[in-house]
Amino acid sequence: MTEPILRVTNLRATVAGQQVVEDVTFDVPATGVTAVLGRNGVGKTSTLKALLGLYARTGEVTLAGERIDRLSTDRIVRRGVGYVPEDREVFAGLTVAENLRLAERDAAPRRELVADLFPDLVRRSAQRAGTLSGGQQQMVSLARALLNDNRLLLVDEPTKGLAPKIVGQVATALAEAAATAPVLLVEQNLEVIERLATTVVVIDAGRVVHTGDAAELLDDPDRIQRLLGVHTSENAA
Amino acid sequence: MTTTPTTQQASSRSDETAPLPADDGARGAARRRWVPLATGLALVVLLACLPLLAISLPGVLPGPTYTPGTLQVLALALLVGALALSYHLLFGVAGLLSFGHALYFAVGVYGLAIVLDRTDLPLLPAACVVLVGGIAVAHVVGAISLRVTGISFAMVTLAFAQAGNVLVRRNPAGATGGEEGLALDTTHVPDVLVGVANTRNLYWLALAVLVVVYAIVLWVERSRAGHVAAATRENEMRVRVVGGRPYLVKLLVFVVAATLATAVGMAYLLLQSGAVPRVTSADFTLTLLVMVVLGGVGSRWGAVVGGVLYTLLDQRLGALAASEAIAGLPSVLRVPLSEPLFILGTLFVLVVLFLPGGIAGAAQRLAHRSGRNRDRQREVARDTIEESA
Amino acid sequence: MSTIVLLLITGLGLGALYFLVASGLSLIYGLMGVLNFAHGSFLTLGAFAGWEVARRLGADSWGVFGLALVVGAAVGAAFAALTELLLVRRLYERHIEQVLVTVGLALATVALFEGTWGSDPEFIEGPAWLRGTTDVAGAPVPNDRFLAIGAAVLVLIGIVLFLRYTRFGLIIRAGVENRAMVTALGIDVRKAFTLVFAVGGAAAGLGGVLASQYFGYVSPHLGAQLLIFAFIVTVIGGLGSLTGAAVAAVLVAVLQQFANYYWGYGDLVVVLLLALVLLVRPSGLLGRRA
Repeated sequence: MTEPILRVTNLRATVAGQQVVEDVTFDVPATGVTAVLGRNGVGKTSTLKALLGLYARTGEVTLAGERIDRLSTDRIVRRGVGYVPEDREVFAGLTVAENLRLAERDAAPRRELVADLFPDLVRRSAQRAGTLSGGQQQMVSLARALLNDNRLLLVDEPTKGLAPKIVGQVATALAEAAATAPVLLVEQNLEVIERLATTVVVIDAGRVVHTGDAAELLDDPDRIQRLLGVHTSENAA
Repeated sequence: MTTTPTTQQASSRSDETAPLPADDGARGAARRRWVPLATGLALVVLLACLPLLAISLPGVLPGPTYTPGTLQVLALALLVGALALSYHLLFGVAGLLSFGHALYFAVGVYGLAIVLDRTDLPLLPAACVVLVGGIAVAHVVGAISLRVTGISFAMVTLAFAQAGNVLVRRNPAGATGGEEGLALDTTHVPDVLVGVANTRNLYWLALAVLVVVYAIVLWVERSRAGHVAAATRENEMRVRVVGGRPYLVKLLVFVVAATLATAVGMAYLLLQSGAVPRVTSADFTLTLLVMVVLGGVGSRWGAVVGGVLYTLLDQRLGALAASEAIAGLPSVLRVPLSEPLFILGTLFVLVVLFLPGGIAGAAQRLAHRSGRNRDRQREVARDTIEESA
Repeated sequence: MSTIVLLLITGLGLGALYFLVASGLSLIYGLMGVLNFAHGSFLTLGAFAGWEVARRLGADSWGVFGLALVVGAAVGAAFAALTELLLVRRLYERHIEQVLVTVGLALATVALFEGTWGSDPEFIEGPAWLRGTTDVAGAPVPNDRFLAIGAAVLVLIGIVLFLRYTRFGLIIRAGVENRAMVTALGIDVRKAFTLVFAVGGAAAGLGGVLASQYFGYVSPHLGAQLLIFAFIVTVIGGLGSLTGAAVAAVLVAVLQQFANYYWGYGDLVVVLLLALVLLVRPSGLLGRRA
């Protein structure tokens, strides 16, 4: 196994004096999709935000061997971290084209790749992002991350609240993304995880309770039930 | 991500005086209750005796403490301290950043002046009428302004105070005297409160006002409403979730603070024997804010010290500006030093930048250094409370 | 009829001044969450700088007046940028302390202006045309009104173009909406902070020179006088909305003029309008719903 791209050691985070990440330690391998699993409200999203410095945090985080836990958010991102936040967070008042233009950091952004992946966005480039459907907004959010050459992508619940047909499209786009850079993915939909994830990290009550091979965990319904408190069949439905 | 200013402020204020832990040892709790009480009582007795003593503090006071001039300055400082304390209730306890607190003070000053001028009511009934009027105004303005939070609240209160300012300056029906102000009509004021010879009675009145205001503020802070208000300041959503009524509690605190300001305003009128439009201005509210921050946000005695210190500085810096030492300086130094507000404003900026927690915060850090162990226990308890609050 | 025209145009002129102050306030608040009490001082210093230029070089020439406008704007911008760099930035994300620092700066600078230029108003000169009137539908409208309106329209267009067609403009618009997400795209949003302060300061400085023509004097309290109404305009328009500030500036000023003329209490009417707007739409006319 090669050196992990991201190494997280004893990460803790607070928001307005509330501890939202207790003490999280895990590695993200340099290839493939690492899925973060856990029940609602156990601190998955908070962990991603803490990694990016959006929440006040302590602990050690290294990206390709370099410490990033003291850097400001914009510096971390400029070191090659793409972020697709929960709930998309597109700029509603800006057009699709402006949303994408804002996200371009590289000298030669990969506009063609994005245009190939999301032809819909090209057609709607002059439309305000706030008027797009949820699925289209998710495309914008993914496209923003894919425009640049990243060493790691942080993707937070990309299929949340989307129609099943759109979920498939998003998963395809994610698979494309995973071909360009390792992905740390927070996701509730076990089907998507089954399709994409190579490694899993399970968080409960702000701590990591399980790490391992994705397929191995998904083959063990009892364990999933125990770790996540859900039945696989229920979740897929 | 929209962070409301109230939560920002909550997270930035770490060294405030949190409610005392309930599970403290009984002896410690008793000591904590009695030591400040004894110190406070001793201080009040000392202050009450000042008019009978001849203490000179050259540079700080204009003359020995029994002289009317000095007593006038001291009484003013005490009243401003009481006013700052009422603002502390609003800003320090409930976290309501109001830029219109001067309005309620002005209601006291102008209201009493007008009632004494226009009616034949004796002082006490007149004061009651004004107090009721102040409560009514505070209710209306508070009910409207509290519909918004944070910075919008600040601006709405500012706007209402500005309306009061405009009204006073426009001199409707000749009631307020416009820019000239209104002199106190002493016909119905008891003789013991009139004239330079009776300044010390006014001084005692000011001291009594301060003590009463302090007691009421303490009582409100310790009451259930006070705790809910403080919890609302930290996290309004959570108060709402557990079934609290943040709006009503905030309105209550707003009205109490305003009423106290009205009461202080009436004493101010008697002391200054007149009302001037400056007490209605936005600048005047801003100076209240300066005092509270200077003293240390969240600290009762800090607010009083801030108010007293500000008043003394303002008075003495004015005297300094007129002194020959300043007049002889080159203009680069003379111009700034001859403007008390420049010095106070700069001092304020420096305190905000470099002395978080103001005077009270600095004192607490000093005490912390001397009695580290005891304070650490308290801090741990405080943290537990903050976490479980 | 002529009275109505006169009140309307005078109101528009006053609205132009409110807008020049409120535009900066609104942008700064929208992007940074800072309520800038020192904004009035930017205006006052701009006004005095313009006055000093006119006093030294001859007040009645248009060239000098143009220079005064440029100097006023430049001084306002420089003062504002320094305020951000030296005071506001140190208190990053601590909104209440940021407000307090600007309050302290406002108190200190107004006192300094009083010490330097005296606390009484200085009556000013300008190009002769500005002192004259132009007949509009029978109403003799003072020419300085047109100048204020024209300048405010140009500033509005300039800011809109800047926001729409430059990268910094894009960053500012996005930052007003969601600052955290802008940083999460790898953008150092703090550079934009200094810039909005400078832009706001320039508009205020320009407004200072124009306001001194409008009122006919400069005084250390010129800024504070306009600031309160600019605050009201900002809240009514919706914090962070430039268009809202423009609409509310006109609305407030015209209403104020008419109420002042017919009733004598225009300032009170403005406060009542504010209360009404907040009761019906707490986020202002064009503000985002919180």
